[in-house]
Amino acid sequence: MNERFYRALYRIRRVEEEVAKAYPSDKIKSPVHLSIGQEAVAVGVCEALKPEDIVFASYRGHAAYLAKGGDLNRMIAELYGRVTGCAKGKGGSMHLIDVAHGVMGSSAVVGTTIPNAAGYAYALKLRGSDALVAAFFGDGATDEGVFYESLNFAALKRLPMIFICENNSYAIHTHQNQRQAISNIAERAASFGIPAEVIADDVIAVYSAIDKAAKAIRSGAGGPFFFECMTYRWKEHVGPGEDYHLGYRSREEATKWIDNDQVRVAGERLRAPRRASIEAEVEAEIADAFAFAENSPFPSADELWKDVYGASTA
Amino acid sequence: MNREATYVEAIREATRQEMERDESVVVYGLDVDDPKAIQGTTAGLLEKFGAGRVFGTPLAEDAMTGVGIGMALAGLRPIHVHIRMDFVMLAMNQLINVAAKSRYMYGGQVQIPLVVRAMIGRSWGQGAQHSQGLYSFFMSVPGLRVVAPTNPHDAKGCLVEAIRTDDPVLYVEHRFLHFQKGPVPEALYATPLGKARVTVPGTDVTLVGISYAQTECLQAQRYLEAVGISAEVIDPIWLSPLDVETIADSVAKTGRLCVVDNGWTTCGAGAEIIARVMERLQSVREVKILRLGFAPVTCPPTPTLEALYYPNGRTIAAGVNDLVLGRPTGWVPEERKEWKNIEFKGPF
Repeated sequence: MNERFYRALYRIRRVEEEVAKAYPSDKIKSPVHLSIGQEAVAVGVCEALKPEDIVFASYRGHAAYLAKGGDLNRMIAELYGRVTGCAKGKGGSMHLIDVAHGVMGSSAVVGTTIPNAAGYAYALKLRGSDALVAAFFGDGATDEGVFYESLNFAALKRLPMIFICENNSYAIHTHQNQRQAISNIAERAASFGIPAEVIADDVIAVYSAIDKAAKAIRSGAGGPFFFECMTYRWKEHVGPGEDYHLGYRSREEATKWIDNDQVRVAGERLRAPRRASIEAEVEAEIADAFAFAENSPFPSADELWKDVYGASTA
Repeated sequence: MNREATYVEAIREATRQEMERDESVVVYGLDVDDPKAIQGTTAGLLEKFGAGRVFGTPLAEDAMTGVGIGMALAGLRPIHVHIRMDFVMLAMNQLINVAAKSRYMYGGQVQIPLVVRAMIGRSWGQGAQHSQGLYSFFMSVPGLRVVAPTNPHDAKGCLVEAIRTDDPVLYVEHRFLHFQKGPVPEALYATPLGKARVTVPGTDVTLVGISYAQTECLQAQRYLEAVGISAEVIDPIWLSPLDVETIADSVAKTGRLCVVDNGWTTCGAGAEIIARVMERLQSVREVKILRLGFAPVTCPPTPTLEALYYPNGRTIAAGVNDLVLGRPTGWVPEERKEWKNIEFKGPF
């Protein structure tokens, strides 16, 4: 398990570091919202899920996409706008999808995919499926009305879904305390009759909580479950850089989280040679993915007109 | 085709037959399972198909639209019902940002076969927020289909097509049309996407009426006929995609086009139809145009003002008469009460 966690954490961290490195070259013409610092949530959640389970993500969705098994080559190609991308270059960083691996999309508009996850869970329940849905969103999404509407519906219909609030304290540059009268997101979910918990920035803790909830859902006890996962975004809201100079937060605040870096902590649980070989494998995979993107063609002109509508049936 | 049915019965039959044929069809929305069953359009479905496939919802248009999208992503074919289109405004993010775009922005890997039934209408002091036909907003978004059937035959066929097509469809139904009667085959059939119909042939002017305005145009056609003007009445049926060709062919013949909308004219469906026809006919022949719709004010509920707010058969006839004669005449026909409730006789 330690090896699996470390590989997943390290892979996401390094992919995003490479994205940040490539970004100034302007080859990635898509806004990127990096998850650096937040990897433990996606990894802890997705390691507890089965391949047939579904995730919906937010615009900060690289980590969830990769953690759920999304194809790395196709992700980087998507950021590069290439036809080999996971959405043929027509989605970009904020609209990653990998249907085969249960990544059903992500949205640029905050909170948007939460009800989509609930609807998917409703369909699974109607069909008597054993699978479940995890909905990722940030603390900013809990400002949105659709969040509460979705909580109510999920609780009302006892949907097989898990709400994952990645609370990194900020919506763009505005702290939760400047947006919410009381910072009690999990309690609010609990008031809908949903079991809700706050989890520290610890990949094992996240995994254990989700594993328990997923097992409860699969055993027929039903859902939904709610988890407020405390985390921190090391980079700026959008883009490859840091933004501590803006003054809305301090580097000192970040230091506490950086000292608890879950990638480092997970790495230290491994013996050095094993760790080195995992890292070498991941590095090779990432180098291949960027080469794949670089060498892939852009979509041809006829793609502009494709996939607007399906066919008529009559 | 002898059997007659109302528009309401046609909607109910299309839904029931499609639900029997395809178990992925699900009907949901506020009040679909209450005793009134959305004017009777969903009556009996709960008893027949159970609460899993027919369910009422919390008052949460935004999330419930998103839920429909999620169901569609998972392979269901949901029909989301709104008793007033005015409430669909609460769901614009989901309809425009997700439903319309998902197929494209995910490179063709997913489809959203969601039907949104939205009732529009007027009548009887419904006022500012219960009277709007806002479908032109949706017509400007690629990826959405918009249909506004006017007769029971099309109410059934278009709903079947809307359910079966793999795209999101906004299905617009006017409350005044609900109790229209007309021929409706019992067998299942689909009314093909994007085909308009010439309802009444004519030679002097092309009269396009959207949704309930179609019945007002049929009245206008009779008023005009009585003064020797031959109007060709066209029902566009599908607004997106729009069958411009049928309309433009008619205008190429008549040289005059009047579009009567069930909404405001600015940036409305009529503006779009006229623009598309003019694009085709410029330098082919000269065309005189007129667009009619709601007065550009907020809908007043008091009867005297409400009567002025909506175009009707007589005001349409008056406008078209001036268009054909090429000058303002001040003529408005005397009311003929027997032309008030024209039913659709078919065959189609």
